[in-house]
Amino acid sequence: MFGLSQKDTRFLFIVIALTLLTPFLLNPFPTDSALAQFNAGYPALMQRFAIYGLMAIGFNILFGLTGYLSFGHAAFLGIGSYAAVWMFKLLSMNVLPAIILATLLAGLFALVIGYISLRRSGIYFSILTLAFAEMSYRLAYSVFTPITNGETGLQLNLKDPRILDAAPTSASLPVPSLFGLEMNSSWTLDLGPWDFTFNVGYYFCAVVAILGFYLSLRIFRSPFGLMLRAIKSNQNRLNYTGLNSRPYTLAAFVISGMYAGLAGGLLAAMDPLAGAERMQWTASGEVVLMTIMGGVGTLMGPVLGAGFIKYAENIFSKINESILHSWFSWLPDGLEDAVVWVFARFVGEGWHLTLGLMFMIIVIALPGGLVEGGQRIARLFRRKSEDAPSATPAE
Amino acid sequence: MDALFLQILNGLEKGGAYALIAMGLTLIFGTLGVVNFAHGALFMIGAFVAVTMQRIFNFSLEIVDATQKDFLGNPLKVKVPYVIEWFGDGFGGFLIDWSVPLAILLAIPVMMLVGFVMERGLIKHFYKRPHADQILVTFGLAIVLQEIVKYFFGANPIPTPAPSDYRGTIEMAIFGLNLSYPVWRLIYFFFSAAVIAAVFAFLQFTTFGMVVRAGMADRETVGLLGIDIDRRFTLMFGIAAAVAGLAGVMYTPILSPNYHMGMDFLVLSFVVVVVGGMGSLSGAVAAGFLLGILQAFASMNEVKSLIPGIDQIIIYLVAIVILLTRPRGLLGRKGVMED
Repeated sequence: MFGLSQKDTRFLFIVIALTLLTPFLLNPFPTDSALAQFNAGYPALMQRFAIYGLMAIGFNILFGLTGYLSFGHAAFLGIGSYAAVWMFKLLSMNVLPAIILATLLAGLFALVIGYISLRRSGIYFSILTLAFAEMSYRLAYSVFTPITNGETGLQLNLKDPRILDAAPTSASLPVPSLFGLEMNSSWTLDLGPWDFTFNVGYYFCAVVAILGFYLSLRIFRSPFGLMLRAIKSNQNRLNYTGLNSRPYTLAAFVISGMYAGLAGGLLAAMDPLAGAERMQWTASGEVVLMTIMGGVGTLMGPVLGAGFIKYAENIFSKINESILHSWFSWLPDGLEDAVVWVFARFVGEGWHLTLGLMFMIIVIALPGGLVEGGQRIARLFRRKSEDAPSATPAE
Repeated sequence: MDALFLQILNGLEKGGAYALIAMGLTLIFGTLGVVNFAHGALFMIGAFVAVTMQRIFNFSLEIVDATQKDFLGNPLKVKVPYVIEWFGDGFGGFLIDWSVPLAILLAIPVMMLVGFVMERGLIKHFYKRPHADQILVTFGLAIVLQEIVKYFFGANPIPTPAPSDYRGTIEMAIFGLNLSYPVWRLIYFFFSAAVIAAVFAFLQFTTFGMVVRAGMADRETVGLLGIDIDRRFTLMFGIAAAVAGLAGVMYTPILSPNYHMGMDFLVLSFVVVVVGGMGSLSGAVAAGFLLGILQAFASMNEVKSLIPGIDQIIIYLVAIVILLTRPRGLLGRKGVMED
């Protein structure tokens, strides 16, 4: 179905099901329980999972298939955000024109940057992309302030023209919407002790992310994808057969840049605000880390990596000492303080420490990233009972 | 003309820091083939060795000073650093005043030790792994080191002044030009030049250095000659860590150390290494000074008014131009890190 093999179709349906059921899956703990802290099923975080997952999927098309490690993808994310906010300011609060322009503009920038950067390979390519991204970041802060609004960031304003929309009736800022369906509206389902939130914005992001995932699945299985893999395994040999590999790498670069621009547009659609810090090299590095952590060149890996890092960032950083005290209150007094002191170093403001340790542990123990971890577990189960179906898809 | 010369001096100081870090990175890459994203953290640790030295010398005891009274007429308690109590005002005061330069003595063994532990404990297992893995694991290590330093020293920059005699500016008359320039920045340039010269001399004129250079060129053959090249490379890692640490120690009076200063320098140092050419020591040094000076020129008001924003992007712009015109950087060798 959809031009996919049976196995891939099943895989796609699993992904769709998981994505649509996310509000349930990420909210396993009752709202009042002590473990509710670990629930990730609130709209802002779920949107981030979908958006950064989408960006990592796109990054993986470049890095996972061709092996070209770009250190400048955050530039496209930032460009997408700025483009989307400008569309909200000038044209309409409808998200569709915003994300379309975000994707196209990022693609245009990717075409120029890719055309220049792809003249070199290896680390020289990485540094070229890094240089372009840092230049965009610094220019967004300084010279392009009229377009980017500098340090304050680009925001909506009541006086914006918005030529397609009706004149504002209330004094509050308008909200991005899809033909009247406002992005920040949610519906809560009370089910006993559980609260499940269904957010329009998340489902919009999820649908876009699924479409992006489907496209990447098609690219992975296509002759074009094979060509990209050939570039990764031996570019010299490919060139000696008389093929020019540059158009293929450039196409991959532009596609992944457009994914990043789309992700940036979605970020702006969820929260109509764009700042230059989205283009900083740390943001580019984050995508690289997501992809490596999840598993380079696998379909699901980058999404898992993105989810993992965003989860750590949002959940661990929120836990503070009083929450820890409530968890360990059953311990004897002195021991409780000691345990809380140790754990407090790893959560709250110290969540970076957890993140750093996790990077190290995953690279040391699981060179193939989280996907390899899943495969190892699956293999363990399969060895025990030969006919049990595998828990994780092969890719 | 004065301003032009002043900018060259400015660039030399910044270029010195870039060159020292980039040289360490290149040493590690050239010997062990490891891309070390934790190198910025080593620079940062060096800076905090200076902070520690300052704290140690300022470690005080409280004594009752009978000569001074507070406003109620009670004898005032004053804090007196132990070193002044032990050695008197002269030598003790000298120690406190000179804590930054003296920290060099502490930094060399400490940084060597940090380097050894890092190499033997972690990096050793990553020689044969892909560069992406090396980047991820050293990046993780850098975050962990940052957080540890943040825990002990807090998130705010800690002022660490230079010795009082070297805080002001110096008036110089060179080629008939009268220049005033911060003394410490001048010292930093000479210091970095001396360290660079020492490392080059060590590699060029000692038997040990000869073996290391041979190992960089052809590791296997050196191994066949019965030389334990791994042990020497570990020592080179220690030396590279010490060079980064020294760069950090001496930089503290120019930039008050904070826990993320390493990351800020790391990216620029990578650009410097690549512009110089991966694996080329002299390339790294040349590119460091070149980019430092160009950055200084671009921050001149005349240039900024001509091309707005140029001071922000000059390094990256130059990097792009050099990489497009010289495929392997200024002095890079063929076939290094190109796949």
